[in-house]
Amino acid sequence: MAAKPKLHYPNGRGRMESVRWVLAAAGVEVSWLGWRRGEVPVVCWSALSPLGCLEGAVQGQTQFDEEFLETKDQLQKLQDGNHLLFQQVPMVEIDGMKLVQTRSILHYIADKHHLFGKDLKERTLIDMYVEGTLDLLELIIMHPFLKPDDQQKEVVNMAQKAIIRYFPVFEKVLRDHGQRFLVGNQLSLADIILLQTILALEEKIPNILSAFPHLQEFTVKISNIPTIKKFLEPGSKKKPPPDDIYVRTVYNLFMP
Amino acid sequence: MAAKPKLCYFRGRGRMESIRWLLAAAGVEFEEEFIETREQYEKLQKDGRLLFGQVPLVEMDGMVLTQTKAILSYLAAKYDLYGKDLKERVRVDMYADGTLDLMMMIALAAFKTPGEKEENLALVVKKAKTCYFPAFEKILKDHGEDFLVGNKFSWADVQLLEAILMVEELDASVLSDFPLLKAFKTRISSIPTIKKFLQPGSQRKLPPDSHYVKTVRKVLQL
Repeated sequence: MAAKPKLHYPNGRGRMESVRWVLAAAGVEVSWLGWRRGEVPVVCWSALSPLGCLEGAVQGQTQFDEEFLETKDQLQKLQDGNHLLFQQVPMVEIDGMKLVQTRSILHYIADKHHLFGKDLKERTLIDMYVEGTLDLLELIIMHPFLKPDDQQKEVVNMAQKAIIRYFPVFEKVLRDHGQRFLVGNQLSLADIILLQTILALEEKIPNILSAFPHLQEFTVKISNIPTIKKFLEPGSKKKPPPDDIYVRTVYNLFMP
Repeated sequence: MAAKPKLCYFRGRGRMESIRWLLAAAGVEFEEEFIETREQYEKLQKDGRLLFGQVPLVEMDGMVLTQTKAILSYLAAKYDLYGKDLKERVRVDMYADGTLDLMMMIALAAFKTPGEKEENLALVVKKAKTCYFPAFEKILKDHGEDFLVGNKFSWADVQLLEAILMVEELDASVLSDFPLLKAFKTRISSIPTIKKFLQPGSQRKLPPDSHYVKTVRKVLQL
């Protein structure tokens, strides 16, 4: 059996959070391996059904490890040991490979777990939706690293972009086909990344979905998928919003 | 017979250049519609051709495609430039994605103030020399093959050549410590479709000049 996948990143959301979301949604649980203590719960195998939806049938969960980057020395060690292709994180050890570049990691997991549609056309549509959503998510990821004076202005910018550019597109997609999922009537990477982004935005702007009834319904339905529901419960590997400690850690790690 | 792909973008590199490169490398003829005015851009938006209101836009195979990386992945898959299986595909993906990051830094630098622009471009050259080119030199060294992945020409090779040439425009000596990349550059440049694209009169675009920057700023109201 393949070794457990292992995620390398600071202890917080950043660019790795989408990877945690997709692994969790695919029925693959990320387990925490602390820097000073280890914890290796029971391992059992799980696979997403070909139809892409675990409705009421959560099988066992595959364990994943996380190694949290806390010091520059740790990062240096990874770089010197040639573990990071372009000297950057996220990095995910999986299936004998060390994957970097967030999008590539997400694509690989999506392909493996049937979250990328049934053919090239569906795949491309999912890809377009994911790329757009990731552009919006990027604003959220960068937000805590802006100057304090710019942060409030940026929340307004995020809200505008979401409400004017992105949400109307997805609202229309859902309204036009009346299906639960964005593409091909099955769960895909596009649904997961959109849900992640909606929930992250709602933390800053609670009523952001007020003009989008189909997206509201979408949020509820996708949140109730058993693997995702589990990920949204306390005690899961979902990370809290970035705080001062996280911001400081990131600065210490990556600033020259 | 299928209609030629139609590209819609500014008359310059930006986010569309990698798409031009990949189509050209695959030997696919394409047409271009150049955006020159705000009115043209607003019409595209009103007509609903831009999914998130943005270009690049590529119309082909009955689809209206936006989002640069999604378009590139589609082309790579369609023209069999994506490796032979999932493990090769993820490598092609990583390598392409990394080089795209580097090239995006160059594209965005054109829009900065003169001082910032120089600083950013110097950083690009530094990153190329310390993070990206060493990685690709090592990949080529480790497997000793002609192409980056699976001993076969792929999207990753096209992107790397494009990136090498772009960084060389900033610093002609940038490959001096990378003998295998030098050989790679010569080798990939002589592939017939790419050789053709590198000749004057092709659809390859020039580096961004002040006219290009002004047009983009005007159209996008930046």
